[in-house]
Amino acid sequence: MTEQTLAAEPINAKKEDLYSAKPWQLIWRRFSKHILAVISLWFLLILAFCAIFAEFVAPYEPFKVERLRTMAPPTGIHLFHEGQFVGPFVYAMERTRDPETTRVSYEPDTSEPLPIRLFVASSDYSFFGLFKTDIHLFGVEGGRRDQINLMGTDDLGRDVFSRLIHGARVSLSAGLVGVAFAFVLGLTLGSISGYFGGWIDGAIQRLMELIRSIPTIPLWMGLAAALPVVWDPLIVYVLITFILALIGWTYLARVVRGQFLALRNEDYVLAARLSGASEYRIITKHMLPSMTSYIIAALTLAVPEMILGETALSFLGLGLRPPVVSWGVLLQDAQNLRSISLAPWLLAPGGAVVLTVLAFNFLGDGLRDAADPYGQ
Amino acid sequence: MVAFILRRLLLAIPMLLFISFISFVIIQLPPGDYVTAYVAQLRQGGEYISAVQEAAMRERLGLNDPMLVQYWRWITAIIFRGDFGYSLDWNAPVSSLIWDRLAITLALSTASLIITWLIAIPVGVYSATRQYSVLDYVFTVFGFLGKGTPDFLLALILMWIAFVYMQLDVGGLFSSQYQNAPWSWGKLIDLLQHLWIPLVVLGTGGAAGLIRVMRANMLDELGKPYVETAYAQGLSERQVVWGYPVRVALNPFISTVGWALPALFSGDVITAIVLNLPTTGPLLLQALKMQDMYLAGSFILILSVFTVIGTLISDILLAWFDPRIRYA
Amino acid sequence: MGNKTMTNQNMPPERLLELDDVHVHFPLREGLVKAVNGVSYHVNKGEVLGIVGESGSGKSITARAIMRLLPKRAAAPEGGITFRPRNGETYELSALGRNSRAMRQVRGQHIGMIFQEPMTALSPVHTIGAQIMRTVQLHMGLNRKAARERAIELLAKVQMPRPNQLVDAFPHQLSGGMRQRAMIALAISCNPSLLIADEPTTALDVTTEAQILELLKELQSEMGMAIIFITHNFGVVADIADRVSVMYLGKIVETATVDDIFYAAKHPYTQALLRSIPRLGVDQGRRLPTIPGMVPDPFSVPPGCAFNPRCTHAVAGICDTQVPPEKIFGSQMSRCHFADQFVAAEAAHV
Repeated sequence: MTEQTLAAEPINAKKEDLYSAKPWQLIWRRFSKHILAVISLWFLLILAFCAIFAEFVAPYEPFKVERLRTMAPPTGIHLFHEGQFVGPFVYAMERTRDPETTRVSYEPDTSEPLPIRLFVASSDYSFFGLFKTDIHLFGVEGGRRDQINLMGTDDLGRDVFSRLIHGARVSLSAGLVGVAFAFVLGLTLGSISGYFGGWIDGAIQRLMELIRSIPTIPLWMGLAAALPVVWDPLIVYVLITFILALIGWTYLARVVRGQFLALRNEDYVLAARLSGASEYRIITKHMLPSMTSYIIAALTLAVPEMILGETALSFLGLGLRPPVVSWGVLLQDAQNLRSISLAPWLLAPGGAVVLTVLAFNFLGDGLRDAADPYGQ
Repeated sequence: MVAFILRRLLLAIPMLLFISFISFVIIQLPPGDYVTAYVAQLRQGGEYISAVQEAAMRERLGLNDPMLVQYWRWITAIIFRGDFGYSLDWNAPVSSLIWDRLAITLALSTASLIITWLIAIPVGVYSATRQYSVLDYVFTVFGFLGKGTPDFLLALILMWIAFVYMQLDVGGLFSSQYQNAPWSWGKLIDLLQHLWIPLVVLGTGGAAGLIRVMRANMLDELGKPYVETAYAQGLSERQVVWGYPVRVALNPFISTVGWALPALFSGDVITAIVLNLPTTGPLLLQALKMQDMYLAGSFILILSVFTVIGTLISDILLAWFDPRIRYA
Repeated sequence: MGNKTMTNQNMPPERLLELDDVHVHFPLREGLVKAVNGVSYHVNKGEVLGIVGESGSGKSITARAIMRLLPKRAAAPEGGITFRPRNGETYELSALGRNSRAMRQVRGQHIGMIFQEPMTALSPVHTIGAQIMRTVQLHMGLNRKAARERAIELLAKVQMPRPNQLVDAFPHQLSGGMRQRAMIALAISCNPSLLIADEPTTALDVTTEAQILELLKELQSEMGMAIIFITHNFGVVADIADRVSVMYLGKIVETATVDDIFYAAKHPYTQALLRSIPRLGVDQGRRLPTIPGMVPDPFSVPPGCAFNPRCTHAVAGICDTQVPPEKIFGSQMSRCHFADQFVAAEAAHV
């Protein structure tokens, strides 16, 4: 009965690969099995690209008023003109006004197709202050009134799609900046609370309970109402994100604290302590690496809360205000029943909010599952 | 048990005092005060009042006193006389403005909480016991959509559908002809016709999140040995599922009733503004915009009190429901 | 459930339960796991059958196949399971659906089951009395008052102290041994003909284990029920069982009376297991022999005799290619190509 009789375990290459993979490789492997999360990641990356290069992606300027193209419905995209394939194109819209009700309606002028072109010249803009250009990702060539409005226009004739793309920049970054603020607060207070314990933990816990026990929206409203109307939109933007973070940090702090408490009692932390590792080394080399994935997942899940918060506040007129364009600000146009029933496409920014929030949720769920070393 | 409740009650008092102070500070945060907002409003209407009048008004309303003094006046009046102060904007005592609105808010919130549970619990149980079935996927999609859709957007969409496709006059709780009419069958039916949208909005918004929680809890519980024991006794699937794991999986629900309340109030605020409901939301928004500090402060305070009471109730319920906590 | 007609309709009168070539397979993403791979055994009325095996040998899954309580991801079990309890009716358990009325009647009423983890096997939010009452109300049609009296009576029967008070206790208020007593009271509440005990003492300390075994023996002789006692501990088996079956990787490798297993084992696996039991006063200062190697990965069970890579008697060309047949020696069965040689060796010893 010696070790020699031990049956050699056949280890195939796939398994060996698995055993020698680095932790982040394993996380990525598990994450990539989560199809919904991968799709969400791609969606968010594309959205982020659009938001960053909004001037380039949006076919028109967000503030450009077109008096003769107000409340136009989304332009239909066609492929066949008079039975012939001509590639994607739109028809020019003929504006008519009902003489009795004075309601404006649009009829497509099907005589001539206006092909959709990539990289067309349109309004001038400055590319991040580097150079001036007038190239946009797509558009139609033709007269001033020949436009493509993927999501229609609002009551001032502004292109809703272009405004939505520009709004993505503000709404997404508000979410990210808000989470960044919350992250600093939550990580600092959460780790202090979890690591030191005792009365410090107790005090921070009470503070968190206190903040949680105030109804969120009224509290947001109260704080947001404190921002004067006359302030610079940029400062208002920073302060609004800060207000969102002021309440959002409790969730992150709870996650961080819970992780610290759980890890503090792990055997491998005890082992490190017994073998004489310094506190600094234990925290940075042993505890933080096993926490980062959880924290990243928690952060991802916190972003949509922030976006929803910003949207709600702006929608109420307490957050960002025009001329700043955010999804919440855009939804203000859809506040009354009359405009929605006349122009349902004004709800498009709401669709963008829903998709983005869902994408962040799926991404966060996927990351959390992938980061769990005991998961499937 | 009595000691437990007493201890919790005693803990709640300093917490409420602190919340009241924070609420007051928040209301006072904006530069300027009610008079500034009032004068600005007058100016918009083309009226002007002199600086002397302004100063006199401030003096009369006690706005020149330090904040702590103002707070002290306000809170002592509430505690000793039940007097929540005077709404500067409405020119009426706060108490006369808030109670009926609070009653509607509370009724609406409670009703939607019940709807939330009526949807979330059976659906969550079904999803967990028939994991990966077609309906489970449908409910999962519904849950995520509900989680991603802001309440006010849902309200807008439902309002639009009701208006365009069902020719219903929505918004508010009553049609104009019943607004001030005495109660009658017609008025009741009218109320129900208006009530369903806010209830659907608030109920589904909450249910979406809770379905996920209930499903996850049930999946955890269904894997535990006591479920197998129950099956081994010869109980049918329905008897096992509803008799054992559901009882345990409900515990987290009960412990979060307290959190559900503030969430409902929060959801209610925006929904109410969109749907023009006579609840606290629109009044609070206006009070905040006008810096009507006693009104706004009282609202935030009372909503917080509800929250603290809700947490207390859920703690007591949980102790009553879960023997492991009761005897801990 | 394809071959239910194959089961033995005319079992000998002393038979209580008969398993005929039972298979339970788990189709998993990584491959097919044959957790129970052709198990046949029988239990006579009033006898205690011990089933011994390592973790993963399929002993618990077999018990769940009898109860029709397999995990949902298991494929439909094959083979025949016939059960004839005290009332004289014959149940083809293998033909009954998981949620069928007849199966629910058998569970709890004719077959009681005790589980390994007394900590988690009882509902944490119901009193033990309520859990027992539920069962007796269901099967014996008692009213609440009678059911409560029955619960107290049962608790007294399993020697719970102060049964009148503990009937209203919650599981977390009881110690592990007490919980297992409550679990036993629940399992025997309807006078079952068969009690399946799935490692009932594994989670308990040794003193409590001895008490529970003593209790089970008393109940068994008093109530005349049969017990299938699943364990990985030969010491426990020696204490309680009349006959013993040894399982390895989803198959029974040896069945014999308890004496034959201990003194005349005819399968190398049984022999190896017995050698690895520490004994007082014997082999002092020497290393305890262990079975070489590990239990193979369930996805790649070795061909031929599943035990051959670890077997010291294995002969290449036979053991690793041919599945050994069941060899019968009187009341003893061994699944080893060379079982006859062990018989010869014994004869030489005598």
